[in-house]
Amino acid sequence: MLDLRSQEWLEPFLLSVGALIVALLLFGAFMMLQGIPPLELYSALYIGSFGTRISIENSLTLAAPILLAALCTLIAARVGLLVMGGEGAIVLGGLGAVLVGVALPLSSPLLGSLLCLLAGALFGGLWIAMAGGLKRVRGVNETISTLLLNYIAIAILNHLISGPIRDFSQTLKAQSWSIPSYFMMPNIPGWSVHWGILIGILVCVLLHVLLRHTTFGFSMDVVGGNNRAAQMAGLPITSIVVISCFLGGAAAGLAGAIEVVAVHGAASESLVVGFGYTGILVAFLARQKPLAVIFFALLMGGIAASGGLLQRRFDVPYAATAVLQGMIFLCVLASSALSGRILPERKSK
Amino acid sequence: MTEAGELGWWGVLFAIFAGAIRVSTPYLLVSLGETITEKSGRTNLGLEGTLVLGAMCAFATSVITGSPWLGVLAAGVAGASLGLLHALICNLPRVNDIAVGIALFLLGVGLAFYFGKPFIEPRATMLTGISLGFWSDHPAIRSGLEVNPLFFLGLLLAIFLQWSLINTKWGLYLRMAGESEDAARAVGRSVQSVRTYATVFGGFISGLGGASLSLFYPGNWNEGLSSGQGLMAIALVIFARWNPVRCFYASLLFGGASAIGPALQSVGINQGYYLINAAPYVFTLGLLIYSSSASYRLAGAPSELSLSR
Repeated sequence: MLDLRSQEWLEPFLLSVGALIVALLLFGAFMMLQGIPPLELYSALYIGSFGTRISIENSLTLAAPILLAALCTLIAARVGLLVMGGEGAIVLGGLGAVLVGVALPLSSPLLGSLLCLLAGALFGGLWIAMAGGLKRVRGVNETISTLLLNYIAIAILNHLISGPIRDFSQTLKAQSWSIPSYFMMPNIPGWSVHWGILIGILVCVLLHVLLRHTTFGFSMDVVGGNNRAAQMAGLPITSIVVISCFLGGAAAGLAGAIEVVAVHGAASESLVVGFGYTGILVAFLARQKPLAVIFFALLMGGIAASGGLLQRRFDVPYAATAVLQGMIFLCVLASSALSGRILPERKSK
Repeated sequence: MTEAGELGWWGVLFAIFAGAIRVSTPYLLVSLGETITEKSGRTNLGLEGTLVLGAMCAFATSVITGSPWLGVLAAGVAGASLGLLHALICNLPRVNDIAVGIALFLLGVGLAFYFGKPFIEPRATMLTGISLGFWSDHPAIRSGLEVNPLFFLGLLLAIFLQWSLINTKWGLYLRMAGESEDAARAVGRSVQSVRTYATVFGGFISGLGGASLSLFYPGNWNEGLSSGQGLMAIALVIFARWNPVRCFYASLLFGGASAIGPALQSVGINQGYYLINAAPYVFTLGLLIYSSSASYRLAGAPSELSLSR
């Protein structure tokens, strides 16, 4: 299944890994300026992400929503849209899971969890499909509209959990009603990691097949590559764009639903922790290739997981992780300048 | 916001009006900065990060030196630095300027929260307002009409930029870089250097918007200080059709929309607090839907701009 045509995947992969290394060096220099020795910093980053069993479990747990949120940007990018709405779609997905989970008169645990996840995907999908529709029908810039939709989603969440669906027995923080405990997703046997990461990997593989081996996937690439060619070929561009946005939003919505069904059991501010923005970074690291998303989501999950250790060991603000992520993002984008210049050109057939 | 409480429903209207002036300053400065950058053919979507970093730098500088105006300068320099970073990376081949903007948004906010943590507690010297309410004896009206000096700076800047876009050779080079790379090259101007200057200048002005947040209204520093004002200001540029003076009117409109929530709260209407606070975002999205078009290029939109394609 893996495609070994090296030009197509090896070079972008090497560029992203190179950019990551440069960003880590920059971050080391940044922290050294504040008197933190680089070797200790890197060892803490390693221990906090993949050095112990507990940190591996944390990394995998955090990688799940990051991976699915990355697909929100990735799928839309395949049709030429720059969608930044993962954060909002996660929130909507979490809300969808809670509303369905609370309302369902079901006692089957598996069916219940599945319906919650589906509801999350549906909510997130419709949310981003809206931006795709506005782009096609009114020419509204999708980057700006999806960023605005993030703020609106968070406001809807805050409104709902501060009154209409608030669980007033929870006094410590505002959160929604909880879904029934038997709808909660169990962990992978033998690990304290929930199934989210495996669901995410499965979605990436399915998406790879969709993009590579189906007519719809091909028409997405045509729309993304050349709008006029797509028009000449008679492709229904608007439907393709809206469906792609729906699929992307559904992936991020699924991420939010998994956070509810596998971790929190309810919707709260804990859904708004930047998974959506880290997902955008992962989509660019993976250069819009679904299988590469798996690898880079695991790495970024690791960096997110090591944030706590950095904070405790070096007494730095938690925003250190955000600074590192920003540096990685800039390096990855700058590295596009080198694309086509690393590997020798493939012999023409 | 006590002014409305004593004046009743007239007070609500007055509070929205006073609020519009007070809240509009960051919108105005950021949208002017973005207008200049976009006129050169580049989009800097990272101005939310610039706004937050500018706010932090202004506040910290004012705490340390005791001089708010040095803080304003620091905010401008911080914004210009982020702008320079944006310009240098976008000058590389095959780099998408919108994506770089998003990266700088995250980096700017990250840096601001990182270095700003020790400044959440201390108090800084604020900018002194310019009193326009001297004619009234009513303390609420007087305090409502203490106007941010940066508001006047923004107004003068809007008029000046409007004039110089049309009447100076720099304005001509800027528009040329934005309208047609070939034309700019034909007269021997480097498109990249024009865009670099435009992005640095835009970053500087947007940084001043941050100073207005932390040193005048609301006049403090915390991590929730700006929630999307920088982003809404970018949307506002489209609504204002890349015209500096229209940016001024549009900022007042946006400021008024943002002031509705606090004004209603001051007369004790608390229902749907979060929904009312979401009004500016919904309003912005509505204006974008109204002012965009799928079938023709918007009037005033620079042809080289990736945002308007």
